[in-house]
Amino acid sequence: MSETASPKLELGRVGDSTPRIDGVPKVTGEFAYSSDLQAAGMLWGHTVRSPHAHARIVSIDISEAVGMPGVHAVLTHEDVPGEKRYGLEFADQPVLAYERVRYYGEPVALVAAEHPEQARRAAGRIRVEYEPLEPVVDPERATEQDPLHPDRPTMSHGYRDDPRPNVVRSLLIRHGDPEADGEVTVSGVYEVGIQDQAFLGPESGLAVPDGEGGVDVYVATQWLHVDRDQVAPCLNLKPEQVRIHLAGVGGAFGGREDLSMQLHGALLALHTDRPVKIVYNREESFVGHIHRHPAKIWAEHRSTRDGKLVNVRVRILLDGGAYASSSTAVTSNAASFAVGPYAVDNALIESTCVYTNNPPCGAMRGFGAVQVCFAHEAQMDKLAEALDIDPIELRLLNALGPGGSLPTGQKITGTLPVADVIRRAAELDIPEQEELPRDPMRLPGGSGNTTRGEGVRRGVGFAVGFKNIGYSEGFDDYTAARVRLDADGSAEVHCAAAEVGQGVANVILQVARTELGSSDVVLAPHTTATVDSAGSASASRMTWMAAGAVRDACRAALEERQQNGGKAVDVERIYRHPRTTPLDPETGQITGERAHVAYACAAMRVVAEVDVELGLTRVVWIGTAQDVGKAVNPQAVTGQIEGGTAQGLGLALMEEIQTRDGLITNASFTDYLIPTTLDMPPVVSVLIEEAEPDAPYGVKGVGEPPTVVSTAAVVAALRAATGRELTRVPVKPDDIVGL
Amino acid sequence: MRIELQINGEAHEADVWEGESLLFALREQLGFPGSKNACEQGECGSCSVLLDGTLVCSCLVLAAQAEGHEVVTVEGLADDGRLHKVQEAFVAAGAVQCGFCTPGLVVAAADLLKRNVYPSDDDIREALSGNLCRCTGYAKIFDAVRMAAAAL
Amino acid sequence: MDVLTPRSLEEALRLKAERPDAVPIQGGTDVMVELNFDRARPAVLLNLNEVAELRGWSQADGKVWLGAGLTYSEAMEPKLAEALPALAEASRTVGGPQIRNRGTIGGNLGTASPAGDALPPLLVCGAEVKLASVLGERVVSLEEFLVGPKRNVLAEDELILGVTVDTGDESRQTFMKVGPRNAMVIAVVSLAVRVDGDLRAAFGSAGPVSKLVRAELADADSFPQRVAEAASPIDDVRGTASYRRHALRILTKRALDRCLV
Ligand SMILES: Cc1cc2nc3c(=O)[nH]c(=O)nc-3n(C[C@H](O)[C@H](O)[C@H](O)COP(=O)(O)OP(=O)(O)OC[C@H]3O[C@@H](n4cnc5c(N)ncnc54)[C@H](O)[C@@H]3O)c2cc1C
Ligand code: FES
Ligand code: FES
Repeated sequence: MSETASPKLELGRVGDSTPRIDGVPKVTGEFAYSSDLQAAGMLWGHTVRSPHAHARIVSIDISEAVGMPGVHAVLTHEDVPGEKRYGLEFADQPVLAYERVRYYGEPVALVAAEHPEQARRAAGRIRVEYEPLEPVVDPERATEQDPLHPDRPTMSHGYRDDPRPNVVRSLLIRHGDPEADGEVTVSGVYEVGIQDQAFLGPESGLAVPDGEGGVDVYVATQWLHVDRDQVAPCLNLKPEQVRIHLAGVGGAFGGREDLSMQLHGALLALHTDRPVKIVYNREESFVGHIHRHPAKIWAEHRSTRDGKLVNVRVRILLDGGAYASSSTAVTSNAASFAVGPYAVDNALIESTCVYTNNPPCGAMRGFGAVQVCFAHEAQMDKLAEALDIDPIELRLLNALGPGGSLPTGQKITGTLPVADVIRRAAELDIPEQEELPRDPMRLPGGSGNTTRGEGVRRGVGFAVGFKNIGYSEGFDDYTAARVRLDADGSAEVHCAAAEVGQGVANVILQVARTELGSSDVVLAPHTTATVDSAGSASASRMTWMAAGAVRDACRAALEERQQNGGKAVDVERIYRHPRTTPLDPETGQITGERAHVAYACAAMRVVAEVDVELGLTRVVWIGTAQDVGKAVNPQAVTGQIEGGTAQGLGLALMEEIQTRDGLITNASFTDYLIPTTLDMPPVVSVLIEEAEPDAPYGVKGVGEPPTVVSTAAVVAALRAATGRELTRVPVKPDDIVGL
Repeated sequence: MRIELQINGEAHEADVWEGESLLFALREQLGFPGSKNACEQGECGSCSVLLDGTLVCSCLVLAAQAEGHEVVTVEGLADDGRLHKVQEAFVAAGAVQCGFCTPGLVVAAADLLKRNVYPSDDDIREALSGNLCRCTGYAKIFDAVRMAAAAL
Repeated sequence: MDVLTPRSLEEALRLKAERPDAVPIQGGTDVMVELNFDRARPAVLLNLNEVAELRGWSQADGKVWLGAGLTYSEAMEPKLAEALPALAEASRTVGGPQIRNRGTIGGNLGTASPAGDALPPLLVCGAEVKLASVLGERVVSLEEFLVGPKRNVLAEDELILGVTVDTGDESRQTFMKVGPRNAMVIAVVSLAVRVDGDLRAAFGSAGPVSKLVRAELADADSFPQRVAEAASPIDDVRGTASYRRHALRILTKRALDRCLV
């Protein structure tokens, strides 16, 4: 590989916009992503998947495939040596399907061959006989249909015991007097389609047998240790026999929290005693990971005549798909934030997630808060209209802040500048409407050349939202960091925090440089082999947690070195954020001081032009103010805001996995559309830095709030331009036109 | 089958399966994994290379079609160890997050600036409309291209 | 699988005659997707990239000849865009720059997708498709050439050489395409309109094949409705039949406003 001189890295401390540590290898093409890996003697793995959303497996015949050219292994559930099922929170998902398949694309068998084409040809010769079963596809009917998991794997975990079939979790929050009446009531029903993370780097990795019965897996993931803890039992290995190493990650957004190829690659590698590489293609990627939960939300807001919220009643139905993944936490997040960042004394919130034979859902950026923000912000605008109050004023009047409390009874003890973000976003100057004629690229419809200005109307929308940071409800959420400090002052930091593109590698280095007062710091590879868990690169937690752990380990290392007279030291420290406790299963109220750790909020203003005759949109400008605690790296923070906003815009306008009887009908980038350069407007970001008292350096996670608010804000602009209700995202041209 | 081609100014050859894309051959057979395999259906541009000087998706070129032709990949942009101005600007502007789109984008941006020294913002958007990025929302990518244009 | 790479048209036609099962591949922007996703495994691929005779375009006597290997990027170059503005506008809507640099008119005809964006502009310009085999050449009108969704009249031993279109004297033309995002979309519905003595419209993605609708200049007012009625759209993952019909009406109206000045 070519030697390229890196540009001089500025000394980066906490607060500096230091260029990414991996920037140069990424622009030269040298950075090794999980799909770039190779090893001598390597085989290619291929996964045979179910063409049915729900079927009984009558038989699997691999005999023809085994003898095909280049084939080294063909495996089914019978070849899984340990536990047959795994899962992020509940082991309800088969390593390889047995007895029945519950979703379209569920893995059924594996092939390893010398060339991927040989693996594909052999896969085509595996005969699986299915007896199709009626798929459970309507979440509103799921609780009346036959259970997909008769053993009810998610029940009896301290959640409310809901006896109905197919309930993953149901949570009821009763706050104040849930029957309290207001003077004005508005209600609405809102729907959110299934969104895909659509990270660009497909699921992939390399599994290498260690010759002693163990295996090393190099993979793109969000949480190395939890992968290991799921993989090892299924392989019937001890945790230390399975080492998970982070390979270059091409984006994650929640979609890499669950296992993809880890177990399958390891199985094939151990079986063949050769390194095995698996790379999903784009079509496979759509069934290779979980998605954002589609939701239906019934909301009723009751207020006084002058706009004070009296009672908010919300019913949320989430479609969890075939397996639980992190659905129980999404259910509770949706409930916690259903009201939005508003103070209200009375509320009744019911949040239910069901099993169906639709694509499995789990974590995606915004994690339950995106869906409810779309609903609560539509409701706030509706209420403002009913009351004839300025919608910004209405939001300010009800803004939650420190000292206020959530419907779960939890007091806001840290910072939460809701009123501030609203004011700052509302203050931003919006651009004047551009004159006609213009190049079609700057009109709704873009390159399609559909208008020269005919039918185009402009609208301005606004939304505010918030979300928790860190894991909640009593989860033991910690991050380890290890620092080796040499006598000469140079240091090596170990932390298993997954760098998924968000920039946590820089956070770790910037913190270490700050604490050690030196720039002679390197970051060791992220792996389960040398350091304890970092927890997940999700829930907007990684910056906070890694900063805490690295800070503590650096300080301990300095202290220890001073005590031992300046000799080299090697210390590991575990950092925990303030402890949380579960919600009461009957009332949904907190059982201790807190169920969530902290929150971050954002407000967003959007200007859109809509061709109301054709239903096409161009978002012209976005301005946002976000509560970031402390910006460790301001450039990276605005990058997160811009990128997070784009994903929310995508959900508002174009992104939806479509299904027919549980089968995905648009598993491609041709038909699952994500925003292009012509769809994203400039984003003006105002960072509000108010240090979070419990957090290292006062930091807050920044990745999720922009995604939470942008869907709601974009649709608000569309409503303003069209006068239509637009209660479902993605908004379709038909909805705008009124067909 | 055996193919011979020029990659980044040097002669290379490889044994490929007849149905293989140039992208797969570059990444797996020829030692140039810089071009990325995000969609293999022409929609994302992460596999962009120059084929006889023309910007194309290498996932949509049959490896055998590149026989006897010249390919420039992201690995060939830096000159004698000095980063291309576009590459420098991508790092400086914060245009890289996960970076999976980056190799394709720097090739596409370098191609734009070769043809158009003073691109307008509209030119930049249109020229990069075949390259998807899921992380950045594109703002810093546009900054990087403007920065590189100014530096060239 | 075999790959054959002829160096001349004569060799290409001979190979096609010998191996009628050979699948021609030009820009590969349709064929490669099929290969990459394991949807097709042709026994033979006939690589047309080295056949110089299929390239380029020329103009004479109000007619323009477009070689099958003409790319969308070439169709957008100013000189050709002046002669065939609707085709140039359509080309600008195709994929992204990488696709336009590689994808060809011949490939669009070969695929014969109802969503093919080159087809409506060619239809309103009276395109005639020239086909050839070792036995000789034949010319069929584009309307006859397209027989169904992804079906055309190309015989097993034939290749597409190119199309002839008439540019007209004072022809005004435009092309529009509806998609749910502002670049890189397959048409939900598309429309080309030409006004030149009479009214001609051709739509895409609104029926099994792209279809031409004609009317007298005097019937401009009812033309949007006529175009919408001529369509036979369906509901699919990209859009609904009712939207497509609705959009055709709006598009035709707007296109006439552009062309009737
Ligand atoms: C990302 C992407 C976006 C796209 N966007 C659009 C779009 O917006 N609009 C649109 O219309 N299309 C689009 N397409 C489809 C495709 O680009 C076009 O259909 C293009 O015109 C195909 O040309 P090609 O040269 O690449 O064809 P190829 O893939 O090489 O061939 C296509 C078909 O034509 C046959 N063929 C090619 N040349 C000949 C010949 N000379 N004689 C006989 N048969 C021949 C082939 O055998 C094959 O069946 C897109 C494709 C991709 C991958
Ligand atoms: S991988 Fe080639 S365009 Fe996406
Ligand atoms: S930086 Fe991740 S896709 Fe662009």
